[in-house]
Amino acid sequence: MSSALVFFTDLSAAPGKAQRELLTLASRFGTAVVAAATEISAEAREAIAGYGIGTALQAANPGRGFGEHELAVLDAALQHTDADLVLLGNDSFSRELGARIAVRRNAAIVTDVIDVSAELIATKDELAGSYTASAKSTTGVLIAAVKPNSIEDAPAGSAGTVQVTDLVLGDAAAPKVSIVAVEEKVASERPSLSEARVVVAGGRGVDGDFGPLEDLADALGAAIGASRAATDAGWISHDAQVGQTGVTVSPQLYISAGISGAIQQKAGMQTSKYIIAVNKDVDAPVFDIADLGIVGDLAKVLPQAAAEIRRRRA
Amino acid sequence: MSDASTTPLTIVVLVKHVPDVQFDRHIDQESLRLDRSESVLSELDEYAVEAALALVEDNGGFAAGHQVIAATMGAGSSVNSVKKALQMGASSGLHLNDAALAGSDAVATSKALAALVRHVPNVDLVVTGMASTDAETSVVPAQLAELLGFAQLTHAASVAFDASARELTVDREHLNQRVTLKAGLPAVLSVTDQANDPRYPNFKGIMAAKKKSIEEVDLAGIGLAAQEVGAEGSTTSVLAAEQRPARPAGTIIHDSGDAGIALVDFLAAQKLI
Repeated sequence: MSSALVFFTDLSAAPGKAQRELLTLASRFGTAVVAAATEISAEAREAIAGYGIGTALQAANPGRGFGEHELAVLDAALQHTDADLVLLGNDSFSRELGARIAVRRNAAIVTDVIDVSAELIATKDELAGSYTASAKSTTGVLIAAVKPNSIEDAPAGSAGTVQVTDLVLGDAAAPKVSIVAVEEKVASERPSLSEARVVVAGGRGVDGDFGPLEDLADALGAAIGASRAATDAGWISHDAQVGQTGVTVSPQLYISAGISGAIQQKAGMQTSKYIIAVNKDVDAPVFDIADLGIVGDLAKVLPQAAAEIRRRRA
Repeated sequence: MSDASTTPLTIVVLVKHVPDVQFDRHIDQESLRLDRSESVLSELDEYAVEAALALVEDNGGFAAGHQVIAATMGAGSSVNSVKKALQMGASSGLHLNDAALAGSDAVATSKALAALVRHVPNVDLVVTGMASTDAETSVVPAQLAELLGFAQLTHAASVAFDASARELTVDREHLNQRVTLKAGLPAVLSVTDQANDPRYPNFKGIMAAKKKSIEEVDLAGIGLAAQEVGAEGSTTSVLAAEQRPARPAGTIIHDSGDAGIALVDFLAAQKLI
């Protein structure tokens, strides 16, 4: 039976959606241990127990350097558990931690993973989701960075209480990279773009006004995304960019409004379950991959849809 | 801000020759490797070349003795990515050319590139793009920092260099924050497409590039054995790669005043609301 280590950079609050998906995947293996690079909060402990996982390792962040504490925790946790599967997030920070441990411990690193089988075969998206590939480790240890929205969250029953152990880290060398400043982003009420089940995204056709998209996103509880044309124009923050150099999303539903659907944008969203496209231009390439294409004015179609959703729910 | 007294910097920019993302890309079903005909310089590596050139220009220019070495690995035509970097303004090229490299995964690639960087004396800075546009793993820069023992400054959306302190300062998007990070040399720097606007090679640059030297080395020349790279040196083994079925053609409607209602009907039919 395989033993899984699921690593989180932060478990100081209740686990988020992508974190719960990782816990679900971990709970399918013979043994599963959680490791966190922060202290594990009471809410997080309760959540972990809900997946039938009874062991967790933690090490509070002393706040020195950037990334070096997290790297030390992952390394120590892997040695402590001797796991043959390490699960972590697919964000760039977590991937890089896994990547460094892969060269340090002669392990395999696979990114964009959508599933891991009992035989430790990872299934992953390849070439921006146009291929699905499967890969395994040749050295006995697989590190998998798992895409959000790939695993159905399913707490498998309680382990009672979680035994939490403080990891003992070796003496840290002087950090090579120091944090000079931190700017917190404005907290949004919306779900995070990479984790959202529904995304409403706008492009050049929005012409500076994301109002109709915000309205529909409110009605659907969706995250807001954008094409590079819209972020470059300064209509919305770069964080909202979906595409090759932005966020890659795989929601249940992706509503594309005023986006032509150039290849770099498609690369970020073509694995969405359902795609609805609204565009004035009947020749927009996005219509080739849309389940429902609407040739029309987004400023009319989206508010009408938002009002109709509210009416039906009322 | 030119400062002729700056100690010359040796910068290695890593560039990759990748299949053009504008066309359909294919994975060969026998080798399970990417078809690499019709390749170009990875678009994201242009930002790396630009970052290195801008750093030199802001610190006395090439006249101050700085070097920007464009380096790549892979057989045959992969050297074209180095040529493009030379046209943009890199001072010389370095090509690790060895048939045994084929099939290298991220770990094997990083081992080969780390040895290639060590082949260059006294490297201060390694610059890369944020990801390759083919494998898109985005993990090689971090692995290079690990293998070389250099500071890791990755996914930089802006770059500043303090020549007197020999320190780099970068901004990076990190979870729900934007962090400003600082590190001394030597370092591995990866830059995003937000970091700069890459220059186009001009006629002068294209002519000058013809006179620049490209050193070609093989694995033995950088102290690596064939089994340390390629499929044998890789820690992953690809079992299968299947093209996803094309999305079935959907329904296209023209709005005649009630398309918003049709949109909601679709959501209801698919149980999305």
